[in-house]
Amino acid sequence: MPKATSAKKTILFLAATLAVYALVRFLETSEIINPYWQRVLDQALITTMGALGLSIIYGFTGQFSLGHAAFFGLGAYAAGVFDKTLGQGSLPMFVVSLLIGAAVAGLMALIIGLPILRLRSDYLGIATLGFGIIVKVGMDNSSKFMPVLGGATGMSGTPQLANFDWVFWFTFLVIILVRNFVFSSYGRACTSVREDEIAAEIMGINTTKVKVLAFVLGCALAGLAGGMYAHRYPFLHPSSFDFLKSFDFLLVVVLGGLGSMTGTIITAISWVFLLEGLRFVLGETFIDFRGVIYALILVVAIIMRPQGIFGGKEAGFLIPKPLGSLAGRKGGGNAGSAT
Amino acid sequence: MNSKLWIRVSLVMVLALALLATGCGGKKEGEKKAAGTDDKTIKLGVLAPLTGDVKTFGESSLNGAKFAVEQAGGKVGEYKIEIVTADDRNDATEAVNVATKLISQDKVAAIVGSVTSKTTIPVTKLANDSKVVIISGTGTSPKVTVDEGKRKEFAFRACFIDPFQGKVAAKFALDNLKKKTAAVLYDQSNDYTIGLAQNFKDSFTAGGGQVTDFLAYGKDDTDFNAVLTNIAKKNPDILYLPDYYQKVSLIGKQARSKGINAVFLGGDGWDSSELDYKTMEGGYFTNHYAADDKSPVVQKFIEQYKTKYGKTPDAFAVLSYDATNLLLNAIKTANSKDPVAIQKAMQETKGFETITGGKMTFDKDGNPVKPAVIMQIKDGKQVYVATVAP
Amino acid sequence: MEHVVDQIINGLQLGFMYALIALGYTMVYGVVKLINFAHGDVFMVGAFVGYFGFSQWGLSFPVAVLTAMVVCAILGVVIERIAYRPLRYAPKIAALISALGVSLFLEYFSSLKFVFGPNYRVVQRPFEEVQWHLGSLIVTNIQVMVFVTVLIMLLILQFLIYRTKVGMAMRTVSVDHNAARLMGVNVDNTISMTFAIGSAFAAAGGVLYAIAYPQIHPFMGIMPGLKAFTAAVLGGIGIIPGAVLGAIIMGQVETMTSAFLSSQARDAIAFAILILVLLIRPTGILGRTEPDKV
Repeated sequence: MPKATSAKKTILFLAATLAVYALVRFLETSEIINPYWQRVLDQALITTMGALGLSIIYGFTGQFSLGHAAFFGLGAYAAGVFDKTLGQGSLPMFVVSLLIGAAVAGLMALIIGLPILRLRSDYLGIATLGFGIIVKVGMDNSSKFMPVLGGATGMSGTPQLANFDWVFWFTFLVIILVRNFVFSSYGRACTSVREDEIAAEIMGINTTKVKVLAFVLGCALAGLAGGMYAHRYPFLHPSSFDFLKSFDFLLVVVLGGLGSMTGTIITAISWVFLLEGLRFVLGETFIDFRGVIYALILVVAIIMRPQGIFGGKEAGFLIPKPLGSLAGRKGGGNAGSAT
Repeated sequence: MNSKLWIRVSLVMVLALALLATGCGGKKEGEKKAAGTDDKTIKLGVLAPLTGDVKTFGESSLNGAKFAVEQAGGKVGEYKIEIVTADDRNDATEAVNVATKLISQDKVAAIVGSVTSKTTIPVTKLANDSKVVIISGTGTSPKVTVDEGKRKEFAFRACFIDPFQGKVAAKFALDNLKKKTAAVLYDQSNDYTIGLAQNFKDSFTAGGGQVTDFLAYGKDDTDFNAVLTNIAKKNPDILYLPDYYQKVSLIGKQARSKGINAVFLGGDGWDSSELDYKTMEGGYFTNHYAADDKSPVVQKFIEQYKTKYGKTPDAFAVLSYDATNLLLNAIKTANSKDPVAIQKAMQETKGFETITGGKMTFDKDGNPVKPAVIMQIKDGKQVYVATVAP
Repeated sequence: MEHVVDQIINGLQLGFMYALIALGYTMVYGVVKLINFAHGDVFMVGAFVGYFGFSQWGLSFPVAVLTAMVVCAILGVVIERIAYRPLRYAPKIAALISALGVSLFLEYFSSLKFVFGPNYRVVQRPFEEVQWHLGSLIVTNIQVMVFVTVLIMLLILQFLIYRTKVGMAMRTVSVDHNAARLMGVNVDNTISMTFAIGSAFAAAGGVLYAIAYPQIHPFMGIMPGLKAFTAAVLGGIGIIPGAVLGAIIMGQVETMTSAFLSSQARDAIAFAILILVLLIRPTGILGRTEPDKV
């Protein structure tokens, strides 16, 4: 059966996006979805943006980063403090602050990435974890060098300009960006570095450049997501960006399936809803089982599908152009191999 | 290949259905409650960290709130009170999420909570914007009721704010204990300890005392030998430890081990039966009320709480109890479900009898005007020493 | 300057504490190539069991420690069987996520009321702290106990791994499972044994930790686990003496920073130094770079 052409897939995807958007807006205005679920949905989309960043870094380039939440936090604080002091609630400044959030995170990623990205897997994890802790200590003491940041007392006052429209369409943009990156020659270079760094080097790929590029891009996306977070949640506190939060992002990317954008997106959204949904399923009497069930689901899920739910595969619009037919593979149209 | 795709699709479908089910289920429950709720039921949201690393504080707070409602017979005036509990896991993001739920889905008329300032500050903003009254038993940061220079009118608290406790402790050390030097040790990631420590330092220095060391540790630290060795060098008269009881117990033990003979001094975070009384013997702390207060109101409360929950109430329980009672009183005065009316009654509370504050009144910032008491750990018990007015 | 020596001893105490946990971590990694995030939580369970042993069940201290070690050895084997074995030949990251899940599970489950409960329990030491004054230095019996335990653990592990058949089996398994099987090694049992020993050591560490810093609660294992893991990596993960070396270094760096530089920046500086060391010696101080076969 001939697979849909990529043009058709694009149109399908755009149509689906508009449909989803319209549906949610309708449900929101007719009060079927109340502000609580709206907020959870926004959080899910913000998490998706951040997780896609880690997906580029780890899922597609194989760089084990345990400090993702630090970049998320850097972006949040940067965007937040910018908009709080200079923004005065105007929308253009809002967009500027988001870009600043992404830029700050990206810059930090460049500075720290250049030296440490040559470390191998587990050691890179430790180094990024260490960096995350350094950032957290910095955040706790931030009031010493910039009182408005609040330090451990937290920072409020960022104009809460991010409503569903902004969150949704920015997430859409991020998905497009990530997809185009992955499909581009840079993206393919990334996967080749993930698969076999030495072979990639031999083939003439500047692996250092590729790794740094992926890392900076991924962290910049985290910063963007953080900036959005700062505009949707009225209070920033350093404890929201500690290493445990980095594990949350990692979890989403791995459970979704390494090397799969679809997996990351769907898992990010589902995981946030799952955690909130557990409140209702458990009710008041068993609320303290929430963490237990969450942990159990995690263990069971990874044992049942070790490659992640979408391990290496994509869906629809996110499937890259059929290279499979070139290599003579059957059923070409699916993404590269699962790791 | 196709079957694998189908498995994956069905997995996602199941997940999605589960989400929808919980979402709709929760909603229907909410609708049922709203439908079943006649006009004479008031929903009271209780927000606390019921899971996570400070679950023990959250449970105490919840117990205090529940106890208050129970003692009121579950009703106020002609209204029935229905408690809706919500867990924030001591996480700022979750607190905002679940507070949104309380306000827009459960449609509570008022909220009691949360426990730590970092979860309470954003929630009070939310509640204030939605015009829902909220009172925190233990959120001590000034930002809970006044932020960015503006008063959040619907936000109140039942405890003193950090600056006050630090000042009181410093005054007590200088005037009553007649001590000249003090070392301060605080948790750099906890705004409660930072607030008390900073204010103590400022007041102590202003009053002529000398702060020999002002050192910090991290939230998860258990080894304080490095900083304590430094502190011991200068042999201060006082060691100010404004943290919660479990940290303080640890530090105290190691301090004595290092030969520090200073008098221990602390804040209301010490108030718990699980404080290491043996180690902290002789130490003083600022608190809201005296557990050995002979007043029948206090004694009766402690007795009844102990009977119901099997242990003496700690600061979290007592403050939550008072916060809830203040709220119930406001509802009674307003005699209405209307949050605006409740807010007005709340702000105008005058001389309401509480456990932790005697006759309590709110100041213009929604903070209670109440004296602090100084307690001493003596012979394994808390003993009342003095009262300090604001 | 006597105060520097005081701080050095403080640093050694902290370092040996980390070593207690790091040894188990590194041993498991050496054989199974898995970062067992749950190690810190097995350590916590050990602390609780030991605590119950000597304060509620009336056991003498050594017996309490042994009980904790046995219980945790069993726990470790059970965890391996249920959560890690199914993922043994799956991508390494899957086992890591599983370990993360187990860690969270142990923490949240233990904080349930009918298990250990969420409270921070003060530990009444079953024996008095004794201080010996050597000149102006103070050394306590607890410090000596920790030091001796680390030494014993180190010696046991070195002996076990290099002088016994079990150890040889472990070394074989760490290289190649299939080859090990062909040589008649029962891979499953060897791995179970590894977890049993590693968990038992974690338990011993837990009880000693509870004695030295006398307070226990369900989330007590997160930070020590993280620091111990960092120490193990610093020294070269999978290398037994490396764990001790890395732990001692971390203890010293943390203590010296806190004492002489800035108590706030302690963690930041400690990890910055870690990153610097890794940049110079990318596989840890004693680590061997395995040549990549192309």
